[in-house]
Amino acid sequence: MKRILGITGLLIVVCVFTAIKKPEFLSAYNLQNTIRWSSLFGIVSIGVAFVIITGGIDLSIGSTIGLTGCLLAWALTQKHWGIGASLALVLGCSVLIGLTHGLLITKMKLQPFVVTLCGLLIYRGAARFITNDQSVGFGSDFKGLSKLADGKIPLPFTDAFTLPAPFVTMLVVAIAAAIFLNQTIYGRYLLALGRNETAARYSGINTDRMVILAYVICSVLGGVGGILFSLDLNSLQPSGLGEGYELYAIAAAVLGGCSLRGGEGTILGVLIGAAVLRVLNNAIQLLGIPSQLEYVIIGLVILAGVVVDEIVKRVAARRRAARESAGAGA
Amino acid sequence: MADSSPTPLLEVQNLTRRFPGVVALGGVSLKLARGEVISVIGENGAGKSTLMKILAGVQTPNSGQILLDGRPVTIDSVPAAEALGIALIHQELNLCDNLDVATNIFLGREPRRCGLIDKRKTYNASVPLLQKVGLDCSPRELVRNLPLGRQQLVEIAKALSVGARVLIMDEPTSSLSQHETDQLYRVVKELRATGVSVIYISHRLGEVKELSDRVVVLRDGQNAGELQRDEINHDAMVRLMIGRDISRLYQRPSHPAGAPALEVRGLRTPVHPRHELNFTVHAGEIVGLAGLVGAGRTELLRVLFGIDRARGGTVRVAGQEVRLHSPIDAIRAGLALVPEDRKQQGLILEMAVRHNLSLASLRRDARSGFLDRAKEGAITGEMIAALRIKTPNDRQLALYLSGGNQQKIVLGKWLALKPRLLLLDEPTRGIDVGAKQEIYRLMEELAGQGVAILFVSSEMEEILRMSDRALVMHEGGLSGEVPRGQLSEEAIMQLATGAGKH
Repeated sequence: MKRILGITGLLIVVCVFTAIKKPEFLSAYNLQNTIRWSSLFGIVSIGVAFVIITGGIDLSIGSTIGLTGCLLAWALTQKHWGIGASLALVLGCSVLIGLTHGLLITKMKLQPFVVTLCGLLIYRGAARFITNDQSVGFGSDFKGLSKLADGKIPLPFTDAFTLPAPFVTMLVVAIAAAIFLNQTIYGRYLLALGRNETAARYSGINTDRMVILAYVICSVLGGVGGILFSLDLNSLQPSGLGEGYELYAIAAAVLGGCSLRGGEGTILGVLIGAAVLRVLNNAIQLLGIPSQLEYVIIGLVILAGVVVDEIVKRVAARRRAARESAGAGA
Repeated sequence: MADSSPTPLLEVQNLTRRFPGVVALGGVSLKLARGEVISVIGENGAGKSTLMKILAGVQTPNSGQILLDGRPVTIDSVPAAEALGIALIHQELNLCDNLDVATNIFLGREPRRCGLIDKRKTYNASVPLLQKVGLDCSPRELVRNLPLGRQQLVEIAKALSVGARVLIMDEPTSSLSQHETDQLYRVVKELRATGVSVIYISHRLGEVKELSDRVVVLRDGQNAGELQRDEINHDAMVRLMIGRDISRLYQRPSHPAGAPALEVRGLRTPVHPRHELNFTVHAGEIVGLAGLVGAGRTELLRVLFGIDRARGGTVRVAGQEVRLHSPIDAIRAGLALVPEDRKQQGLILEMAVRHNLSLASLRRDARSGFLDRAKEGAITGEMIAALRIKTPNDRQLALYLSGGNQQKIVLGKWLALKPRLLLLDEPTRGIDVGAKQEIYRLMEELAGQGVAILFVSSEMEEILRMSDRALVMHEGGLSGEVPRGQLSEEAIMQLATGAGKH
């Protein structure tokens, strides 16, 4: 809970600071863009969070986004498949990727880092191969489908500001994920096995199946991200789409309170973490900070967040100990 | 033996140490002569560990004095303790198992030449130390390749290499085989002869009796009494530890066994595939599974609970043949396992008491996959009350509870499922006398309700006290069965050592 308050505070500070320096930050256009991109990253980060909660990692998510995005454009524009069939292909492919990761990690007992690192290379290469490394796009033929990414939902009482469609998708995904994690036995199983897989297995939990499920959720949300990112961008570079996004997603999860040791994390925290990263990116552009420094700033912010969190924990523990020993002495 | 010079080597005067909410030590005093072996015993929470940690510099006292050779000393860190010649051998060993024996002994104090490690000197210097502790392996042997008992000897050699005069051993035999334990006894006796003093901590009173020149008993952070060499016997120790008499070698009343709950025929475990195991456990019966460490008892329980696959044979539960390919299969058949390693296999330490207690029954109580929190709370409350689990509330992390209460959580997790057959692997290892009695009471209650219980124990007393019948294993096979009328330490040891065979 403290973690969420802390990171929400950080989000507010960055927003207020940027808004004061550059009022354009609050313009409808800028806010809608930032919200749209925060939502897209939020969806992908939720997926990665599930894997991190099991104590694993998914490095392949950026390449999964690249492959699924390119597959969608390829199926629609080059193979002229229907929209339904193309979406089914993309999502089916995502499920397959997650399933493969999960099976290799649980049944072959390979390390998640290694499996998904290979995935990172393979899916990127596959995306470049099927597109012949040429940029692909949707042109202006798929207005209906593109609404998923650039649709605008009017809000009551204001005409100036509309809600980007991905925000709604993100909201649906987040609510479903939060319910799954907190209200179902499967969510409890994930948290339990993330802490101690052996004890979870000895308690009658099918830990392999739960881990596989986490990787499938991660890849499918990566696939959803691939669809939305590609529709949003319209023109795609097979070598560039989603590149490095796995690091944003992992960073958002960590900033949002997930422990890489597993067993810890909240959906809300991850979403706010993703938002912080996007707002920072936006602030850097608006404030005219050289964009080369973006990674430096993001890296420092994450580091600072983790350090502050650790210090707060220690101070709290020391205070508790002091209070209790004073109580005991009295 | 014990040095009778007026100035003791080590003297502790009126030591106190307070922790949040508890007084761990409320003025404890202790004397240790040169070349003396004393045992410090007491229930968990009596203050033994705190006292030892203070002596070894891990913790500092709130007040009191420590005298070494009659001079007051301050022990504020582990290096300070080592410099004074006090070394603690932990229950869990602190060795790097990827390095060799000599490197471990001199870790952090490597002999150097021109700034580089002098390997030859390291190996040469470790040879006499290894001889001293009776370890006949090469100093170049990787610690990983040594059995646990010998790793412990490496740890002792390491302590001697820093010139330890006082060796504190905390439950050193808890995971040793009989043979390794015997070797440790020999080493302790030899060290005593060379003038090293030993403070020995153990729950196993037989060992205490075997080794001690004197026994110091702590209770609730205070001295409860002392026993001299000729006064040391089991009853006297227990009386001082718990402050009251317990019923002497109580044996549970006999009662008719029910229908067969577990029938094992021709079962072969992956570790000892050459032995076919055959036995039956009846409803309402408590069967002890005795044997030396490594006899294959844990392996048998693992196969029965579906953790490891059997190499062959059949298992029937309540007359039905069952397939046991995973713990899920076993649980479905009505089995439950309280595993050997409570912290690694039994509990999720960083989860709340409540979530640990409900973990196994979540699936049964769920409504189409959704948690039923009301039911979870009800079951948790019921188990905390029925098992008298001492916890401030059910949100407390299992990590912060004592061993006995942790074990009760593991047991409670399964009782919520109302199992037909309970498998217990060393159910009272490392827990205090009071909690032990409670676990025994629970086992009897469950048997009274018709639950079949098969329990592994390395404590002879426990087997004798709790079993309606004992099965004995030796090197992977069942070497025999002792009916309740003939239960005795001799009968079991004969079978456990293979003496009863043919």
